[in-house]
Amino acid sequence: MRLLWLLALLLTLPGPAQAHKPSDSYLALRADGARITGQWDIALRDLEFAIGLDADGDGAITWGEVRTGQAAIERYALARLKLTRADRECSKRVTDLLADNHSDGAYAVLIFEVECGPGADGNAEVEYSLFFDLDPTHRGLLRWEAAGRTVTAVLGPDSAKFRLATEAASPLGQFLSYGKEGVWHIWIGIDHVLFLVSLLLPAVYVPARRGWAPVERFMPAFWDVFRVVTAFTVAHSITLSLAALAIISLPTRLTETAIAFSVLLAALNNIWPVVHGRRWLVAFGFGLIHGFGFASVLTDLGLPQGALLLALVGFNLGVEAGQLLIVAVLVPLAYAVRRSGFYRRVIFVPGSAVIAAVALGWMIERGFDLKIFS
Amino acid sequence: MAWLQLLLAAAVAWPWAGPAAPYRPNDDSVVLERLPTRPTDPVQRELQGLRAAQAANPADVGAALDLARRYFNLVLDSGDARYLGYAEAALSAWRTTPLAQVPTDILVMRAQLLQYRHQFEQARALLDAAIAQDPKHRRALTWRAAVNMVTARYEAVREDCTRLREQGEKLLATGCGAYLDATLGKARPSYETLRSALAAEPDARPTLKHWTLTVLAEIARRLGDNAAAEAHYRAALATDDSDQYVLAAYTELLGHQRRWDEIVSLLRKWERSDVLLLSLARAERALGKPEAKARAVALRARFADAALRSDNTNAQDEAWFRLEFEADPKGALALALQNWSVQKEPRDAELVLQAALANRDHSAAAPVIEWMAKTGIEDPRLKELAAALAQVNR
Repeated sequence: MRLLWLLALLLTLPGPAQAHKPSDSYLALRADGARITGQWDIALRDLEFAIGLDADGDGAITWGEVRTGQAAIERYALARLKLTRADRECSKRVTDLLADNHSDGAYAVLIFEVECGPGADGNAEVEYSLFFDLDPTHRGLLRWEAAGRTVTAVLGPDSAKFRLATEAASPLGQFLSYGKEGVWHIWIGIDHVLFLVSLLLPAVYVPARRGWAPVERFMPAFWDVFRVVTAFTVAHSITLSLAALAIISLPTRLTETAIAFSVLLAALNNIWPVVHGRRWLVAFGFGLIHGFGFASVLTDLGLPQGALLLALVGFNLGVEAGQLLIVAVLVPLAYAVRRSGFYRRVIFVPGSAVIAAVALGWMIERGFDLKIFS
Repeated sequence: MAWLQLLLAAAVAWPWAGPAAPYRPNDDSVVLERLPTRPTDPVQRELQGLRAAQAANPADVGAALDLARRYFNLVLDSGDARYLGYAEAALSAWRTTPLAQVPTDILVMRAQLLQYRHQFEQARALLDAAIAQDPKHRRALTWRAAVNMVTARYEAVREDCTRLREQGEKLLATGCGAYLDATLGKARPSYETLRSALAAEPDARPTLKHWTLTVLAEIARRLGDNAAAEAHYRAALATDDSDQYVLAAYTELLGHQRRWDEIVSLLRKWERSDVLLLSLARAERALGKPEAKARAVALRARFADAALRSDNTNAQDEAWFRLEFEADPKGALALALQNWSVQKEPRDAELVLQAALANRDHSAAAPVIEWMAKTGIEDPRLKELAAALAQVNR
């Protein structure tokens, strides 16, 4: 009499407990012109159930058993993945076998190349049927990268086919979309904004014997701003490009912590001035660090292999445009009210102090991997 | 700037966890995966036999049901969702058959699998078809009552309870009605009725007793009588100590009383179950245990993977997780409301209220407040939360 026990599950608790996720495979396909390459992560438990990998029957699957079973894995899996391009079925060739872990255990990773024959270009179609006969709840999680766009799809028994579009967005469209991302990132990247603001606030002042005095005319302030903004831009463009092209890479935690540190220093400098005329040098030095921060965003977006430069320039110009907008609003306002006590007593010093405090918090958060701001 | 150099050096030296990437194990003897069972285990042998029988004749109702039931029981025992798919595969011979022609027991089995994945509407359609074929089918009636209860179709539950009584299932029907009434504002009388019904049937099947005790515990909590609830939970666990659902409910009660040590000792061996893992992580965190962090990482990864396949079965757990571990009240509220659109039990209501409170968003909880008014549910915890929410500036 199992039924009563089962009823208990439902009548007494809302959600039947679910542990271990259902079976999934992770299929990543990438098109580079006519060439398609793939990575397919398939759970060892599923392979064990389908074809048996545990050769010695000890309840553990070793790397040796996976390697021995490679031919069988390839045969089984590749027969259940059909790729066609221009109505012609493509051949697949496994070039490497690796291992990986997902949240529910170990996976075999097949790295493979797809060959669609000479002249086969244009849209491709994938038809997936792995494990559906053994487990209709199995899903193939497809990630398709082509022409700078990434599309994902969940392949199931009722949605086994997926059309892989390879048309690139128009160059202008791509350029604009990366530009938009750049603008957006500087606006929501509050740490970059605060750094810039900290450097711009004193532009309407000159150092005086005790602290700061307002500038007399607009042009000196303007040139000061110009130098700071240009230095910041040049610096972060350099590192953004180097990092986006994978020439240099630094741990995110390090760069993020250093960015927070730069905000802290710039803000403290407004309270206890150390540097004034050479703020552009500070902007340049720390601009190098901020470039890495922008680059991590760009990496997350994914760079189109075919239009690398276009995307990079688009993103960078977007960042500049977003930045100039901030400058265009902030500097005239600051200039207009520079003589008022309000600016100095309410905005300049306390504002810088608040920025410094926030930056210090970030530094601790990022440096020590803590959670201060929620 | 020496201290800056020190700081940077420290930041670099800090262990930095990058995203997982495929790797080549450096030795053939490296164990990548431990299987839940060995091929020689009795369970595996039994399954092999059942699989062979089903494969020999996929259209044989008995063989298909035996295999599917065995797998479904494995889901319940281990919480491993893969077995759910294997159970479904055993029934695939009828995948495209019109419902009226599918054997009744197959319909009911398929409904059980669907409800486990929270596909209640589809499950109900199959159960309706099964009951149309055989109006006295107890298993179908029982499951339909359960599905109707979770989805707040209370009049339909009443009808199913009545039909169960007509089939001679007296204690079961009383429990069914009592649980319903306890949701509809009559917790006290339904508690007394069920308690005397249980006392009147000392020879009831152990599974039925276990279930009745669990229902009594739940009703006692709505009465605010935590001591009685605890006694019932303990009695239920004495008849079956591996019922994950009772364990979850009982440890939830212990959590409200901050009895973290007891939770940890009860759940230590249950880390494979998502629901229990969350309770365990919560208790360990409250005790300042280092394991809590690794558990949170495991839960986060599981939720991320579930999202990839657009699986919302875990919405309730994930909402609690976001609320308590991720400091993400907004995300928690969205998931809580999504969960509420699928299932409407007191725990789902509590989740919405807590999430709305964390967001100081009174209006988000409106559907739950309305449900509470309509049912007249007496749960003191829900009332307390609703009152706190009413204090929030609108």
